[in-house]
Amino acid sequence: MTDTPATQGDQIDLDQVWQSSDIQALLDKLNEELIGLVPVKTRIREIAAMLLVARLREQHQMSTDRPTLHMSFTGRPGTGKTTVAMRMAKILHSLGYVRKGHLVVASRDDLVGQYVGHTAPKTKEILKKAIGGVLFIDEAYYLYRPENERDYGQEAIEMLLTAMENQRDDFVVILAGYKERMDTFFQSNPGFHSRIAHHVHFPDYSLDELVQIAELMVRQQMYSFDDDSRAAFRDYLEQRVQQPHFANARSVRNALDRIKLRQANRLIRAGGSIVTSDLARIDVEDVRASRVFRGGASAETSA
Amino acid sequence: MRITQGTFSYLPDFTDEQIQAQIQYCLNNNWPIAIEYTDDPHPRNVYWDMYGLPLFDIKDAVAIMQTLSECKATFPQHYIRISGYDRSLGRATTALQFIVQRPDDEPGFYLDRQEVSDRQVRYTIRSHSVTRPRG
Ligand SMILES: Nc1ncnc2c1ncn2[C@@H]1O[C@H](COP(=O)(O)OP(=O)(O)O)[C@@H](O)[C@H]1O
Ligand SMILES: [Mg+2]
Repeated sequence: MTDTPATQGDQIDLDQVWQSSDIQALLDKLNEELIGLVPVKTRIREIAAMLLVARLREQHQMSTDRPTLHMSFTGRPGTGKTTVAMRMAKILHSLGYVRKGHLVVASRDDLVGQYVGHTAPKTKEILKKAIGGVLFIDEAYYLYRPENERDYGQEAIEMLLTAMENQRDDFVVILAGYKERMDTFFQSNPGFHSRIAHHVHFPDYSLDELVQIAELMVRQQMYSFDDDSRAAFRDYLEQRVQQPHFANARSVRNALDRIKLRQANRLIRAGGSIVTSDLARIDVEDVRASRVFRGGASAETSA
Repeated sequence: MRITQGTFSYLPDFTDEQIQAQIQYCLNNNWPIAIEYTDDPHPRNVYWDMYGLPLFDIKDAVAIMQTLSECKATFPQHYIRISGYDRSLGRATTALQFIVQRPDDEPGFYLDRQEVSDRQVRYTIRSHSVTRPRG
């Protein structure tokens, strides 16, 4: 993206700049890999466009201020926050805003210590690992425990705030978690709120989207539904979304894992000889055997 | 006496930029970096002190350079070296190691000759920095 034929005198060939930056390829990949999420994809594209223009402005001496890049990703579990953060890191890398483009995922336990003097080295180590990439803090609001005034989380918060301000060239921070809790967290920690440039919300998936996600995962793992099992899985999802601990695409993935287990057991129990496509085919029985259909809670307990 | 040991020992001391490039080369090869310091550069002293924790899972050499400058600030008159450790199966060895800081005054070594029976001579090398420690 330095001095390409795209910039000649006063003329800037935007198509050429956009193409040569890999952004389009990355956005296409995001589009293919993730079902739905239209508002998120639109936001990511807007952010990418803004960053590209900022780069061009910088190259043409129009502003030297590096845009603030820290973000918050809100949404319920399994809505694709971590996956999109991984892609975001690559996009930031391709535009030269981070040097390496890796994602470091951390939560309270990785940052906050158990005793005096334990927190600073832990947080410092994570910050060090994140240099050159993106630091993704899952369920960021757990850092802040106002009910316990001697909580060590405050120490981590202060170190993070300092790093977000002073090491803006070193890494980008993405805070993630449930929307309502993040809102409260930002209200009690205005320092974070003011340092975050982009708030992106990840909505829950519709039933149709969940079915498409299942189709995609089944295809990627080289399994296949037949018409009956596909219909059964849709029924399954219809029930599952109303039960506790439903975690969107993550629940789909977990359900498929259990279905694969039942499929294998069915095959072995039946014995005899099979054809290779039997190894891929998911039978309606593999789906219907789920506890979800018996009104029982799912085997899945964690969100 | 200017100590030479490790990789690149016969080259002039590296600039920060060159040090960073070597570190990034290690990281790109998946060799974790250690920063070590000592006041005893004796060639048989393999146990230098490690500065902080071993630096695992780091992708960007800038992170190591920041730690290195902390180490230099804490030990401005020690020898400091960088090691890249190749832990891959069949290797498991130091792949690259070089000195990145030396004291202003390098006192060198004293060669001790001990005469034993049959006119044999045994040699011992002593670091001046250890026999006459600073401060
Ligand atoms: N829109 C989607 N299309 C396909 N797979 C998805 C989608 N969203 C999430 N997933 C899958 O669901 C799982 C959980 O996603 P993740 O990004 O970890 O969610 P979160 O971080 O919001 O909890 C991952 O395996 C991911 O690949
Ligand atoms: Mg997640």
